Amino acid sequence: MAPGLASYVLRRLAVVPIVLFVVSFATFTLGRFAPSDYVQMQAGSRANPETIERIREERGLNDPVYEQYGRYVWHALQGDFGTSVKPRGVPVSDVIFPRLWVTVQINLLALVFSWLIGIPLGTLAALKRGTWLDPFAIGTFLLFASVPVLVSVPLLQWFFVLKLHLLPSGGWSDASFFGVDLGIFSARAVLPVLVLTLAGVASLARYMRAQVLEVLDQDFVRTAHAKGLRGDVVVVRHVLRNAMLPIVTIFGFELAGLIGGSIFVETLLGIPGMGLLFYESVTARNYDVMMAIVLLGTTIFVFAMLVVDIAYGFIDPRVRLGGAG
Amino acid sequence: MSFLPVPPTDPAMRLREAEELGVADITNPLKVRSRVLRRLLRRPVAVVSISIIVVIYGAGIFAPLIAPHGFSEADFQDRYADPSLSHPLGTDSLGRDLLSRAIWSAQTTVIISVAAVLTGSLILGLTLGLIAGYARGATDYVIMRLAEIFGSVPPILLLLIITATLLNDVQDLGANIEDLTGQHWIVSSGAPSYVLVFGALAMFGWVGLARLIRSQVLALREAPYITAAQAAGASNARIIFWHLLPNIGNLLIVALTLSLGGAAGSEVGLTFLGIGVQAPHPSFGTMISEGVGLSNVREHILLILVPATIVSSLILAFNLLGDQLTDVLSPRHR
Repeated sequence: MAPGLASYVLRRLAVVPIVLFVVSFATFTLGRFAPSDYVQMQAGSRANPETIERIREERGLNDPVYEQYGRYVWHALQGDFGTSVKPRGVPVSDVIFPRLWVTVQINLLALVFSWLIGIPLGTLAALKRGTWLDPFAIGTFLLFASVPVLVSVPLLQWFFVLKLHLLPSGGWSDASFFGVDLGIFSARAVLPVLVLTLAGVASLARYMRAQVLEVLDQDFVRTAHAKGLRGDVVVVRHVLRNAMLPIVTIFGFELAGLIGGSIFVETLLGIPGMGLLFYESVTARNYDVMMAIVLLGTTIFVFAMLVVDIAYGFIDPRVRLGGAG
Repeated sequence: MSFLPVPPTDPAMRLREAEELGVADITNPLKVRSRVLRRLLRRPVAVVSISIIVVIYGAGIFAPLIAPHGFSEADFQDRYADPSLSHPLGTDSLGRDLLSRAIWSAQTTVIISVAAVLTGSLILGLTLGLIAGYARGATDYVIMRLAEIFGSVPPILLLLIITATLLNDVQDLGANIEDLTGQHWIVSSGAPSYVLVFGALAMFGWVGLARLIRSQVLALREAPYITAAQAAGASNARIIFWHLLPNIGNLLIVALTLSLGGAAGSEVGLTFLGIGVQAPHPSFGTMISEGVGLSNVREHILLILVPATIVSSLILAFNLLGDQLTDVLSPRHR
């Protein structure tokens, strides 16, 4: 372990509770104390004012912010994140975890595919530098990386669903085999995985190409060639090994964008994952679910960014972890 | 912050790449800048991407002059019309002219992206970064801890919560201001939702740039010419504006280019979800949300094709321009 790394990690970890506090307090306050009344919205406009007052009193919504927030934190620390409004009365964790599992499956599969395709593709593009393939490859990568999911999903639907009649247009299969979800193996999983894979391949290949070019220019590669090593041995043993290191940081960014990146794919295709759940809970003011997702999302994000920063420190010793904040 | 789940187009990541540009040692900033521009204009890809940006932003800026129809001018006799001379791109489900809607949407893109980048990146990010790097000490500590907290929050989740929970209240606030001042254009101009969207974007847009600027300023302020200027009795303002700013200009240009594209994309995403710019004001997000759905895609593909093409080309153009700028500005080519 690099000297100073342990203290750097500790210092970063010390920030995590503060971040969780700030984020949860801000979200809590926004949810409970935005001028538009939360109970009124749940009860509907024709609800009896006395009923509303009774609900407010029962749920302790007339107490000051800090008391309500303190109560929330106290329960959360004991593992009780409240109950969902829709579906009504279900504990939040029972709502979230099946949804999280769907999102994780889709993203994991897309991740595997995009790494399997993106890394060789980027390497190939770098080795073909100077040929007609090169500008073509760069352009294609950047094009696919630039097209927002909002655009690629309808276009892929048009092609695969309407023209080729190959795939169902959306949704999620709830087939299971002895309690094991089989949704990821159904044809409905193809479109979301494809969308995420296309974008992932493009960005990975683009970055990989840049990294390989960087390494190809270095002296030790020239030395390896001069020693008479075969071209493919140089590429695999000298170039790839060095170019792969920075690529690891991409994984951190992908992890950080897990929930946020799923919002659009899942709302467009009607997939019951975390992204759709978050969107539904925000618009339906399902505050306990929303809070829990924000806390979970922030925790994942903080740790993913920590992984990225540590990786940078390992890769480039010039990045001094301890010093600059 | 863009909504694309794609790391290298993620500005946070691109900023890290841009950091490798490092610091230029510029003695005559204006001369260098014009040389950079000339070198940029010799590259066909750069020219194409600049043209795309100029056309789309130009259409947005001059929307009131060039849009053939108003953005909510409906003609129920002429719904889903095919392209014709009077409606070059056809009409939508309410008989509104698609070309005009696209032009007015470009106006929304211009307003939101420029306002978000001006306030978030330029004012907040640049100023806080400069102050932190130049003042050091306690000021630096406070600003950087703040950046650390904002940088640890997944921006999309918070953006969604802020805009969704505050939208009604901001609209009410706008109405109240109307009542108080007697100005009756505020709500109908759509200003409240515009302010909310770019404000929320700016809130999370400053962190990356502030960090980048700070690290550059920390490195620069040890440079001999800064010490020389200080010894010669130059004021802090003179040192910052005359010596520091020109030397971080390269980085700033690349960062702002990437932020503009990111902000434009984020607005489209938020509006698509129904919590960004509010109707009747059009946005590419509204147009996309009106064009998705299998039956629309089957029968009226132009509804999705028009906004999709424009948004994708704009984001692609910003990314290409960012790449080209990085190339032209990188020390290897100097």
